[in-house]
Amino acid sequence: MSRIRIGCGAGFAGDRIAPAVDLVRDGRLDFLALECLGERTVALALARRLRDPSAGADPLLAKRIRALAGPLAATGTRLVTNAGAADPEAAAHLAARVSAEAGAPMDVAAVVGDDVLDRIDLEQPAWEDGKPLGEHGEIVSANAYIGADALLPALETEARAVVCGRAADPSLFLAPMMSAFGWGADDWDTLARGTTVGHLLECAGQLTGGYFADPPYKTVPGLARLGYPLGEVAPDGSAVVTKLPGAGGVVDTRTVAEQLAYEVTDPSAYLTPDVAADFTGVRAERVGPDRVEVRGAVGRPRPDALKVSGGYRAGFRGEGEIGYAGRGAVRRARLAGEVVRERLGGAVRDLSIEVVGVDAMHGPQAQEGAEPYECRLRVAGRSHDREAAEAVAEEVDALYTSGPAGGGGVRVRVDEVVGVLSAGIPRDAVETAVVRVAARAAERPTDAEEG
Amino acid sequence: MVRLYEVAHSRAGDKGNVTTLSLIPYDPGLYPVLCEVVTPEEVGRHLGERVVGEVVRHRMDGVGALLFVCPRAPGDTVTESLRLDAHGKSMSSALLEMEIPLEP
Repeated sequence: MSRIRIGCGAGFAGDRIAPAVDLVRDGRLDFLALECLGERTVALALARRLRDPSAGADPLLAKRIRALAGPLAATGTRLVTNAGAADPEAAAHLAARVSAEAGAPMDVAAVVGDDVLDRIDLEQPAWEDGKPLGEHGEIVSANAYIGADALLPALETEARAVVCGRAADPSLFLAPMMSAFGWGADDWDTLARGTTVGHLLECAGQLTGGYFADPPYKTVPGLARLGYPLGEVAPDGSAVVTKLPGAGGVVDTRTVAEQLAYEVTDPSAYLTPDVAADFTGVRAERVGPDRVEVRGAVGRPRPDALKVSGGYRAGFRGEGEIGYAGRGAVRRARLAGEVVRERLGGAVRDLSIEVVGVDAMHGPQAQEGAEPYECRLRVAGRSHDREAAEAVAEEVDALYTSGPAGGGGVRVRVDEVVGVLSAGIPRDAVETAVVRVAARAAERPTDAEEG
Repeated sequence: MVRLYEVAHSRAGDKGNVTTLSLIPYDPGLYPVLCEVVTPEEVGRHLGERVVGEVVRHRMDGVGALLFVCPRAPGDTVTESLRLDAHGKSMSSALLEMEIPLEP
């Protein structure tokens, strides 16, 4: 069997849409994956769902489908995405409706069952701090990281699009490979190689020169026109990763090395629901312009338990910033910070006061040279009491008339905080299922036919 | 002394209250030298207040990259942190400020 071509058209919830459309139009793809769900994004989706039960899907999903439905249909490319976020079934209905409105109706298969809130053991320790899950505050969500085995039945339906929620990112790519090549669920080395490719692709532009430029050491041609990556995957799971020839960006051994190591906590055992992959022997070799061949991962059996990401109510965060400039700017910013601290009078236990331009990113650093011309005071505080968090924002705002001289450009915000914890759940406690949503009647000619 | 920024590149990632930092020399020939001199203890000391506890270092010999796994405080996660850079994404730049004993 020949290679299959898998593109990644989104690496996070807010990602750009045009590069995904280019990939589908010109990439001769078999599959397009959209990875739209991070630890933080799940929490945000849950926070949305707490306010509005119908708002659990990815807010950009409709926009993505509107842009992609025509090109997907015209090229026969299939879509796999975790943009179902906190509500995959609702997302599938949304995708079916929006694709019909765009003139390219899709049938959609939703994968449900990652929501394990009703069965998670709250006595077990959180991986982050060892304290029982239930002691952190009210748990409002628990989602198991489901794997390729849960996505395969949806791919077998031959629906144009597969929409899931909390699947492991590399599984979005591994499942199409398993489906196309018929890999066994215990062919650990092959699954590890496929997982390596999925891991490299999953952050989209981060493989093709996004999040990389640092001139003059690392330059990226055409960064504004950054293209997103695709993998040409061989039946043995090795692959060439590349981008569209005309797109901006760069794919070389440096971008591959940065992304291979990205968010990995143990490269000898990168754990997914599908396999324990060992990246330490992975090699990257340039085989052409913006073409890198990746091979060498080995695998061991998958973990017994699935990882669970849990969200809990962690109070409220209030933040405010105000800018100062010219002589004495840093002195005035520090004074303003002390004033806010005194006015809050201990009402907010967790308080962070920094001067942006001096010590906000990495704390106080040994600096050479003069003070910056301008800086911003930033105050952030967290409390279980919303009014206390609001007070942080209000006291920064009040610096306009009751703080040091010359402050300007106040920005404030107050958010509910959903904390995220990790834990495990036995595989047999997680039951996934596929929900089919049939294609609707087209409501207008497709963009592809028009164009 | 040479600043890591002059000879290597880095990308930060985050998982819960952990920051991961890669360190990849531009010249693959420098990889064994970095393995020798950029110890997890030195990195922990250099990164300072945001990293609490022991830094663990992994080698990725296939691509010539070091990987530092740096624990942060329990509440210092991307959704809860009070920091401006809640992810800790800019910590790669902090790592590259480190100086190592090397002829420029």
